[in-house]
Amino acid sequence: MSMPYYVSPEQIMKDKADYARRNIARGRPVVVLGYEGGIAFVAENHSRALHKISEIYDRMAFAAAGKYNEFENLRVAGVRYADLRGYSYDRIDVTARGLANAYAQTLGSAFTQESKPLEVEIVVAEVGRTSEDDTIYRLTYDGSVADEQGFVAMGGQADAITTGLQERWQPEMSLSAALALAVSLLSKDPSGTDRTLTPAQLEVAVLDRLRPRRAFRRLAGPLLEALLAPDDPTTDVPTSDDSRPGMHDTLTGVSTELGEITPTSEADQTSEADQAAEATDTPDEPA
Amino acid sequence: MTPGSSSFTDFLAAHANHLMPGREPLPAGMVPQVPHATTIVAASFDGGVVMAGDRRATMGNLIAHREIEKVFPADDYSCVGIAGTAGLAVELVRLFQVELEHYEKIEGALLSLDGKANRLSTMLRNNLGLAMQGLAVVPLFAGFDLERRKGRIFSYDVTGGRYEEHQFHSIGSGSLFARGSLKKRWRPDLSMEGALQVVTEALHDAADDDSATGGADLYRQIFPVVAVVTVDGYHRVPDEYVATALSTALEGARGTGPAEIDGGSAR
Repeated sequence: MSMPYYVSPEQIMKDKADYARRNIARGRPVVVLGYEGGIAFVAENHSRALHKISEIYDRMAFAAAGKYNEFENLRVAGVRYADLRGYSYDRIDVTARGLANAYAQTLGSAFTQESKPLEVEIVVAEVGRTSEDDTIYRLTYDGSVADEQGFVAMGGQADAITTGLQERWQPEMSLSAALALAVSLLSKDPSGTDRTLTPAQLEVAVLDRLRPRRAFRRLAGPLLEALLAPDDPTTDVPTSDDSRPGMHDTLTGVSTELGEITPTSEADQTSEADQAAEATDTPDEPA
Repeated sequence: MTPGSSSFTDFLAAHANHLMPGREPLPAGMVPQVPHATTIVAASFDGGVVMAGDRRATMGNLIAHREIEKVFPADDYSCVGIAGTAGLAVELVRLFQVELEHYEKIEGALLSLDGKANRLSTMLRNNLGLAMQGLAVVPLFAGFDLERRKGRIFSYDVTGGRYEEHQFHSIGSGSLFARGSLKKRWRPDLSMEGALQVVTEALHDAADDDSATGGADLYRQIFPVVAVVTVDGYHRVPDEYVATALSTALEGARGTGPAEIDGGSAR
């Protein structure tokens, strides 16, 4: 009969933490930073299908670095948590603090009880009425929660990017300045040579303070290119969505001519009612 | 933390069943008198659908509420109107709205219009027990189908049966009168304005003959809720427009002005 070797709890925890930290640092980095009109999320992500940044609720979003299948599970759990809470109480009762606590429990118990900790680091951000009311929570693999002021960097080279943000980030930056800062820090290579990140290699999204209900929008296409181009006058996202029919979660700056797809009779007889409705109505709150 | 379906209703049923509307039958005995929502009308037109609902809730012979809203946006491209037990119906709509938004967030895509209509069917079937005891909920669902590029209307029965209506439909206590009105006034070539006019008139006709359907309350400035869904999405029509449409209809009825319908000949 063989006796199991004794391993001290300190050693077990240290091994788990080293394992998680090492694997998270291997992934591509994600930067979350405040700007004058809300909170911006920038990640290097070559995949169009697998998102690192997502909407959770009206004013809340999620960003993650690490292992995709693990943080995707956490994202779905977060959306469920938020929708359940909003349905059983009210939409305004869903807060980032509550969600961060729920995540902390999940991550913490996985770290202590499972043989393998979750190899993820996540950010839960909520946009407030003013930039002082914005909240950014950072959660690490062991379930610890940090209330961050202004910016967070996670994933590979997180320390170098955080140092860069500490030096150059300022409150109330314009969106284009914030994105330029994030992209310049993301493209720094540890070996010293800078890479060039094109808009197609980036996943960018914002929580826009000015939107009445769902504040989360992804940025892509010509709009993202314009925001990242140093000589372009575009500094912020437009207040209205793309006119393209379908989901309105992405702002691209491309306007589709509605006349091409709607029956001409309707285009000819644009009703005053509809125009007035568009001008006066904010998107309706659900009952 | 377990992977599961993209449906919020399924999640709710599995993890917080006490929050499901109509989850358990009532104990035997008399069903108390509760507010009932009344008439909803919907009509399709070239490029979309319109839906309108009066503002009255009744409890037996009493008016329970004068300004209840019974037409709601379900998501960006659809709306739902309710008739029947108001408390359960409003809760059902709330769950349906969360259901659609939840799917959108989890999947990163919109449900098809048929998918939405089927979901509503399933949710309605959960309420069958209560419906058998007299607390029925009957919705009317309409939306813009982004695949087929047209407005579509779906009606339901209490067992969750789903039926597509190709022209117009009405539900609730005043629906007989509204449907009669729509039958005479609706034309296949209606414009959006024409359709708005037709549903406003149908609702007025229902209120005229059905005591449980409220007409426009000029004294309190309460007007029916009228919504339009087109390729541009859901829009609620402003009260001023509804008031104008109503007065046009009344002038036509009194013979003091024309009641011609734009886009389609009214003869």
